[in-house]
Amino acid sequence: MNPLRYDLKIIASWIAPGSKIIGLGCGEGDLLYWLKREKQVIERGIEIKESKVVKCIERGLSVLQGDINEEIQDYPDNSFDYAICSQTLQQVYEPSTLIRSMLRVAKMGVVSFPNFGHLKIRLKLMTSGCAPVTKELPYSWHNTPNIRVLSLEDFKEFADQTGFKILKKAAINTNGGQGKRVRVLPNLFASYGIFLIGKD
Amino acid sequence: MAQYLRHTPSGTTVGLVEKQAFTFALVPDKLALESGATLGPVTIAYETCGTLNRDNSNVILVLHALSGDAHMAGLYKSEKGKPEDAKPGWWDTMVGPGKGIDTDRYFVICSNILGSCMGSTGPASIDPGSGKEYAADFPMITIKDMVKAQKALMDHLGIKKILSVIGGSVGGMQVLEWCVQYPSMVVSAIPLATTCRHSALAIAFNEVARQSIMADPNWNQGAYYGGKKPDMGLAIARMIGHITYLSDESMRLKFGRKLQNKSSLSFEFGAEFQVESYLQYQGNKFIKRFDANSFLYITKAADYFDLAREYGNGSLVKAFSKCKAKFLVVSYTSDWLYPTYQSKEMVKAMKKNNLDVSFCEIDAKWGHDAFLLPDTRLDNLVTGFLRRAAHESVAI
Repeated sequence: MNPLRYDLKIIASWIAPGSKIIGLGCGEGDLLYWLKREKQVIERGIEIKESKVVKCIERGLSVLQGDINEEIQDYPDNSFDYAICSQTLQQVYEPSTLIRSMLRVAKMGVVSFPNFGHLKIRLKLMTSGCAPVTKELPYSWHNTPNIRVLSLEDFKEFADQTGFKILKKAAINTNGGQGKRVRVLPNLFASYGIFLIGKD
Repeated sequence: MAQYLRHTPSGTTVGLVEKQAFTFALVPDKLALESGATLGPVTIAYETCGTLNRDNSNVILVLHALSGDAHMAGLYKSEKGKPEDAKPGWWDTMVGPGKGIDTDRYFVICSNILGSCMGSTGPASIDPGSGKEYAADFPMITIKDMVKAQKALMDHLGIKKILSVIGGSVGGMQVLEWCVQYPSMVVSAIPLATTCRHSALAIAFNEVARQSIMADPNWNQGAYYGGKKPDMGLAIARMIGHITYLSDESMRLKFGRKLQNKSSLSFEFGAEFQVESYLQYQGNKFIKRFDANSFLYITKAADYFDLAREYGNGSLVKAFSKCKAKFLVVSYTSDWLYPTYQSKEMVKAMKKNNLDVSFCEIDAKWGHDAFLLPDTRLDNLVTGFLRRAAHESVAI
């Protein structure tokens, strides 16, 4: 089995063995597949792209094709232990609605996203005066799927406003397989944030 | 539909297969039908491929669509001493060694439906009461009745658990009916290009098809056996069916406005456009193999099918509440007979019951017929899903 991406490894380490999880925007199901094999979780996934859904089901995962914002609504309350939204929140039109749905269908949620407060991004904007394009965020303003620009600090404020608790957090720098935790001034030096959230 | 079928590119096949039949519901223990009528004796034709394992845990039941038969894969032994017939079974691309439904792993049964004319009891069968064909005296049958007859076949074969029930279109309705009627028997299910109930559009097409048969003077209130058959009516019914199996896009790609064997219009009523010629060909081919009364009965059964009404007092969520099966639901983007929103309705109801459901809408141009065409995506979906179902059923 291929080793997990560094950010997914951190998420996986937070998931209790044997729990029931739903992956929102699960892609080709790398995290679900790993958790199913290594932690014997019961998995469900939602993914919008047909080819990725086929790949997931081919790998023996229970995944359905659709829009996460709509599909999540059908599940009864507390159907899952964890709802995981990895690297997708920044692409969601109504993040607060989605987070409320996540915490309705699951006891806890995991959310990860790229940190727009990173020093590199701040400097790019300041020096060039143009919307920053970085390795982590390689898109131009006109073709980016990342319609929600947020920093780690923004997310903490968002938690207070929306009414959910941050139970755990990890600020990281990663180039995919490898990575490290950022403990000093994370909003300035971390490229990604991962949060375990719960009901207030 | 069969016009698309070819031998699978890999060339592997289950080889020679045999048409088998099982007769039950002998008088006086006739089969009680949903309508309140009884029917007996009942014969169901079927075919099996692969080998049943020791604990009978590798059974897959394949269910065919409206005009299909039990011959799902391989080649029949010829009666005239030739080693085999020319055309493989209707799902030879899916069922075979190493294929989506792998006959090296699974024991695959395909059951013909009650009311059909392909070896099972239907309106063309002899009514033991009168000594003549049932014709219009054949009782109205439903999808539920078809499944009840298949259950009798499973009992006869000593099968108590089915690893997966798989079928498309009207076969998919039987799949859903199986899951709801016998929830403890079905481990997993793959309803393809199907619906929990016909839309008005689907009923409308079926009604026009039925009217065309019944308007044929040869139909004679169904009593045409031994005389001239309502061939014209049945051919037109089939032509209508074929329109619903295609799509605007597939017809545009396949025929466009191309003319058949000519370069200019001839200003007469013969078949000039290729699409006309295609439909006429399909109609004429169909009358050689299918019984008009069977067509009437089976389309009516499909129109009556309504899982929510039958099992949920109008609620589809309630209808699936006793279900235990894991599902793989598949729809096709260009299917206008059973469009994706109908598959999504069943997926939604399954989710609300916390059932394990996977769903994929395959992007395909070929309309409703797409589920019968060779497609790597469908092969991969079915392969992965069945392996998981087999693996997880052992774990339980």
